[in-house]
Amino acid sequence: MAIIRDIMPAFELFQPATVGDALGLLDQHGSDAWVLAGGLDSFDWLKDRIKRPKVVIDLSQVSELRGIKEVAGGLEIGAMTTLTEVVRNPIVKEKFAILSTGAELAASPQIRNQGTIGGNVSQDARCWYYRGGWKCYRAGGNICFADTPTAVNREHAILHADRCVAVNPSDSAPALIALEAQMVIRSVKGERVVNAEDYFVGPDIDITHMTVLKPGELLTAIRIPATWAGAQFYFEKVRDRQVWDFPLMNVASAMVVNGGNIEKIRIVVNAAAATPLRLTAVENAVRGQPRNPATGEMAGKLAVVGAEPLRYNGYKVPLMRNLVKRAISGVEEAKWA
Amino acid sequence: MGLVQFATNPWGQNVPIHIEFVLMWAAAIGGLAFLMVHAIYVQFVAAKTAHTYAMTDQAAALAGIPEKVHRHSLVARLFHWIMSLAMFALLITAFLPRMGYPFAWVEYHWIAGLVLTASIIFHIFHASFWMDFWSIWPDKVDIEDAKRRWKLATGKSSPQPRKFAKYPMENKMYHLIIVLAGLSVTLTGVFMMKRVRTPFFVRNPYLFSDMTWGMMYVLHGLAGVGLIGLIMAHVYFALRPEKFDITKSMVGGSITREHYLEHHDPERWVVTSK
Repeated sequence: MAIIRDIMPAFELFQPATVGDALGLLDQHGSDAWVLAGGLDSFDWLKDRIKRPKVVIDLSQVSELRGIKEVAGGLEIGAMTTLTEVVRNPIVKEKFAILSTGAELAASPQIRNQGTIGGNVSQDARCWYYRGGWKCYRAGGNICFADTPTAVNREHAILHADRCVAVNPSDSAPALIALEAQMVIRSVKGERVVNAEDYFVGPDIDITHMTVLKPGELLTAIRIPATWAGAQFYFEKVRDRQVWDFPLMNVASAMVVNGGNIEKIRIVVNAAAATPLRLTAVENAVRGQPRNPATGEMAGKLAVVGAEPLRYNGYKVPLMRNLVKRAISGVEEAKWA
Repeated sequence: MGLVQFATNPWGQNVPIHIEFVLMWAAAIGGLAFLMVHAIYVQFVAAKTAHTYAMTDQAAALAGIPEKVHRHSLVARLFHWIMSLAMFALLITAFLPRMGYPFAWVEYHWIAGLVLTASIIFHIFHASFWMDFWSIWPDKVDIEDAKRRWKLATGKSSPQPRKFAKYPMENKMYHLIIVLAGLSVTLTGVFMMKRVRTPFFVRNPYLFSDMTWGMMYVLHGLAGVGLIGLIMAHVYFALRPEKFDITKSMVGGSITREHYLEHHDPERWVVTSK
């Protein structure tokens, strides 16, 4: 069981100044290396003494990983850019407001000042059995403590659970998927670019990882194309404490409406499964339909088909249904006629 | 690093959770080493120490032996190939993700496991009531002859071994080991289905104590990696030229009269032209 201590286990600390140096270190130390971005996820693990990496590679000195620049009408955001910088960036606010809204709803101002966009999308699951240091499936064991007859699993998955029922807790990830963002991953062997929705990996495929990052690889940037610039956006996050908390669920949608009908749409929910879920069935069903409460109602019902709630998270089914309904309508349900 | 991984459960007990997956590579390398050693032995050593068989009075028995000697019924052959497919599916789904090729394997794994379990249950009944049940188990003559072959191979004096009954001794030993490994993986595997979501069981990881579950996972893992080596050996022997007649009989059902006369004792495996 985890006991928070003041002193972390000993490790060798590297603070590279360039991406090249960081990649060299990652290549040299492979799976022994731990990448430290803002530290909000890392320090929990290290101070709990659950993760004991031999080597920590602190990216805080790599200036080329910071900043937001315009590229061909879209944006390229360095992975070490803080959430506050993302929230305050005028181009993000103007063209991709869904991302600034999502990032602003993550955690607290202090955490957003320190936490990075790369860290937010790459953070580990927040299941307390797992974070508590129990040897569950995600930790390489053979049991999910959250999916037992007596487990406390209010925050866990209602969809696509496969042995592990933890969810992805990111607030920026669904916005990035809705915006068709791409993740730039580099290693000493070169660069690969994956779509944001393919960046996340579920327990059915790899139960001990949340992303497709392999040892030696580093998320260096996130590219947002111009495709959805200025579209109609909706982001809503539901959490226990409004001050700061991880999402019980969130929804992000980007759509183009023409003559009152939905012409193009991407809609994503997070904290419903181990990966952010792009609801392609909903997108197909509402495309060409009027953007109104009836379409939202239909979309909400479709979104939760196949949901399998656990003992204490049955509320997530109507929650997801309503979030999708509201995301499609674009206004809060109380204001509907 | 040991053979088994342990973890502390919420009650503070140190329990086994599964095997060290490096054993997968150990089994593959061990299997490969065995094949190479065997191939070298057959090529360079066995020929020099080749023995003949002790002859029995076969005149009466030989009279009615047909050109094609029936060895495996259609049902037995179908069982074998269904079991083979299930076994390969199980090995691929179990170990490919561990080798760095991740995919959603769990559902395919338990489906293949159910096919294997069903085929084994069928085989037990079929062998018990419709086949010569004892023909696949080593008997006293097999053990005596194995000793004779070992003595002759190591240069000691011994009477010549007799020809085989329906199944050679190595066939029988392989069957025995595969029975142990197969029953281990299927019995543990069926219980392990209580730990994952399937249409058949309500998930309940508390069906047994953590220690019992741990032992079950370890046994499943050990039998699983053991099967890597066993299957490698099986495929190797199936492809060896001197065994190829037997392999073909698993497709066509029969061996040639010549093969029968060369390797089998008509008094221990009685064949009629019927």
